[in-house]
Amino acid sequence: MMAYVVIAYLCLAILAYLLLGGADFGAGIVELFTRGKDRRLLRQTMYHAIGPIWEANHMWLIIAVVILFVGFPRIYSVMSTYLHIPLLLMLMGIIARGTAFVFRNYDAVHDQMQVLYGRVFRYSSLLTPFFLGVIAASLIAGYIDPQAPDFWAAYMGSWLHGFGLAVGAFTVALCAYLASVYTIGEANSAADRRRFVRETRRATVAAVLCGALVFGAAQLEGIPLANWVFGNAVGLSAIAAATASLVALWVLLPDGSAAVLRVLAGFQATMILLAVGYAHFPAFVVLRHGAALSLVRELAPAKTTAALGWALLVGSLFILPALFYLYYSFQRASTRPESAH
Amino acid sequence: MDDFLAARSQMALSLGFHIIYSCIGMVMPFFMAVAHYRWLRTGNATYRNVTKAWSKGVAIFFATGAVSGTMLSFELGLLWPRFMEHAGPIFGMPFSLEGTAFFIEAIALGFFLYGWDRFHPWFHWFTGVVVGVSGLASGILVVAANAWMNSPAGFDYVNGQYLNIDPIQAMFNDAWASQALHMTVAAFAATGFAVAGVHAIMLLKRQNVTFHQRAFAIAAAFGAVAAVLQPLSGDVSAKDVARRQPAKLAAMEAHFRTEKAAALVLGGLPDEKAGQVNYAVKIPGLLSFLAHGNFAQEVTGLDRIRPEDRPPVLVPHLAFQLMVGLGMLMLGIALLYFWARWRRRAWLHSRWLLRLFAAATPAGFLAVEAGWTVTEVGRQPWIINGVMRTADAVTPMPGVVYSFYLFTAVYLSLSVVVVFLLYRQIKMVPVLYDVPPQVSLA
Ligand code: HDD
Ligand code: HEM
Ligand code: HEM
Repeated sequence: MMAYVVIAYLCLAILAYLLLGGADFGAGIVELFTRGKDRRLLRQTMYHAIGPIWEANHMWLIIAVVILFVGFPRIYSVMSTYLHIPLLLMLMGIIARGTAFVFRNYDAVHDQMQVLYGRVFRYSSLLTPFFLGVIAASLIAGYIDPQAPDFWAAYMGSWLHGFGLAVGAFTVALCAYLASVYTIGEANSAADRRRFVRETRRATVAAVLCGALVFGAAQLEGIPLANWVFGNAVGLSAIAAATASLVALWVLLPDGSAAVLRVLAGFQATMILLAVGYAHFPAFVVLRHGAALSLVRELAPAKTTAALGWALLVGSLFILPALFYLYYSFQRASTRPESAH
Repeated sequence: MDDFLAARSQMALSLGFHIIYSCIGMVMPFFMAVAHYRWLRTGNATYRNVTKAWSKGVAIFFATGAVSGTMLSFELGLLWPRFMEHAGPIFGMPFSLEGTAFFIEAIALGFFLYGWDRFHPWFHWFTGVVVGVSGLASGILVVAANAWMNSPAGFDYVNGQYLNIDPIQAMFNDAWASQALHMTVAAFAATGFAVAGVHAIMLLKRQNVTFHQRAFAIAAAFGAVAAVLQPLSGDVSAKDVARRQPAKLAAMEAHFRTEKAAALVLGGLPDEKAGQVNYAVKIPGLLSFLAHGNFAQEVTGLDRIRPEDRPPVLVPHLAFQLMVGLGMLMLGIALLYFWARWRRRAWLHSRWLLRLFAAATPAGFLAVEAGWTVTEVGRQPWIINGVMRTADAVTPMPGVVYSFYLFTAVYLSLSVVVVFLLYRQIKMVPVLYDVPPQVSLA
């Protein structure tokens, strides 16, 4: 029983990190691809929107990691051995981004350093989700090979492949897309909204193109992605639902309610994750030559699983209400008076 | 440098870096809560300014603590995958509870930092206290994981297999209570002295006197109380180590030969090959007393430990001396400070007392780093005491050296930036918070 609780929380934490942490990274990515006045507007808006919540958004990653190393120790150990290098690169991104964000908002003196913080913030916002995507792709691509004969095959080939790079690019585009939809709700005027809608259209096109790139790369590398996604009823309906809501979102962008837009965007990302995840479940890591590490089989001993499950359940009683109250209190915070800064 | 040494150095570097930020994250919220409370109670704007100025510094430290902590939770696997594969399910309980504590801390921090004038003042104050309480809880919980490595519990180790795993029993291992107590008090002592020291320096420069006086008084009070408690808690820890890890005790005391009425070795340079300590002062019987509460009792020396199981001696011994020496120094300053507050109020404004505090700014954090060096190096060659060797836990991936260089560069530059930012915060105090001198110091 507790096994399902633990697995469910792992999936939930990954999804929450994609949606919330992803939108957070996206803010930096969108900033990177805009210039001048738009960039300043965006930066102001996003600072008010994410300032109070960014730490909380990134906690989902830590929850996911803790669930992995307590509940699925072998999966954690295999991942961190064979995907050491992309994990390291992702961590560098996390460090650079988190600190640059805070430094640029809390430096008491505003001078040339701001340019540096801003640049570090934007590039690391791009690199971190890129490597997250590479890691996610490498888990299922089947290139991890514990019997690999040399350094290259064991520690580089495991993640450095076209499919991984394409998924990395797609993740970046997805984050930018989530963030730009999110900002629409933070617009203070009709003119701002028009700007944000324009950003969103760009990000949408980029995400769709990168999605196509992923399928192309999978085709070239002989990864049966199409089969995973379209080969079963769940995947097929998830993709259909995602496509339908994408069309709806596109139509509603100019004057739809911001809340509806956010829900639609979050729904799409969830459906994409579901479509890919479902085909593999319960496999979490696919190894070369077809073997796989499954969430069900690699589960920690019963007492640990039970304790972890209870810790998560009881923990959420504290966390979720507080988290909702946080989001509730600071939504549209940008229109209220500001004094602390 | 070989990969094994690189992995150990990288771990030490990351933890040594993280511990500074986590101590501040655990303790500063309490300082702020006191200042904030006084502002709400008295309406004295200096206290509001102190709270706000501190909270900006804390925001910087929190971000650094959070990213370096995230780093650590991956590094455990990146560097020690074979350890985590077995230890994860056993010592994972405190980490899973800690997840909740971190989460609450991050949420409360959002409320606190961005909640000025937006919520009921006492709700806002309360969120600050929640940051402190959950930070403290995280610190205590993570020490349970480290204590388990010193005093493994909650499983049976049979033929290389880890059976009958019980994570709750593992969490309540023998070493947790004494280590968590000592760590918590250390965090207060270190942060208290560091913050008091910085404000003392500003007072010596006669800048914003009221502001820095009030800030100093809060930090010094916390730091001084902790500095008095710390040697007592250290004595508990030492007795605990003597019981559960005689090899570590022998290493930190440079106690090579088992003997009755063992002498305490003060200072000196241990010569590990010759098995003796040069240039040391020896106080007969004192080690037996400190370790076992009895001047005559036998204390196990390194000669009773199999050669392949002996920890290094030089590093733990020097680190231990440093920690205790700094502890005594801080104790002395703390006692003077209490005496001044109680009987000699004029001293509180004297330059020599401020100079003492200014000089002791880094003392607490140096002691924290030294203490962890004792604990961690003293546990070698084991990663799980008596069960798994550190060398068997390290990642098979070659080239860890490069990752170590990368980490060193990143942490060095981060430290430089953080110091730079803090310097600018302090420099801006007159501009941001200059208020006319207030009524007398109550
Ligand atoms: C402000 C910092 C500070 C100060 C002044 C002291 N310590 Fe300490 N000590 C620590 C900070 C610390 C620490 C960094 O927090 C450690 C590392 C592991 C732990 O639990 O606490 C530690 C570990 C530690 C250990 C090893 C515990 C273990 O491995 O389980 C012993 C025996 C002592 N200390 C003893 C003392 C004594 C006798 C002190 C007398 C003044 C003292 N410490 C002052
Ligand atoms: C924050 C304070 C800490 C500091 C400064 C610290 C310091 C160190 C040092 C110096 C080493 C290298 C020892 C050697 O190889 O000679 C080390 C190793 C290690 N520490 Fe700690 N440590 C701290 C807390 C912890 C905690 C809380 C944990 C566990 C959850 C932990 C887990 C490890 C592991 C897994 C290693 C590598 C294996 C080993 O060398 O034993 N440390 N640490
Ligand atoms: C004795 C050693 C340690 C102590 C006392 C300690 C304590 C703390 C505290 C109080 C915080 C919150 C403060 C802040 O955010 O600035 C924190 C953050 C964190 N620590 Fe540590 N820690 C230690 C070692 C470790 C280790 C070994 C790990 C990982 C395995 C770890 C993982 C984390 C993580 C993930 C965070 C970030 C949480 C957040 O975003 O707030 N810590 N630590």
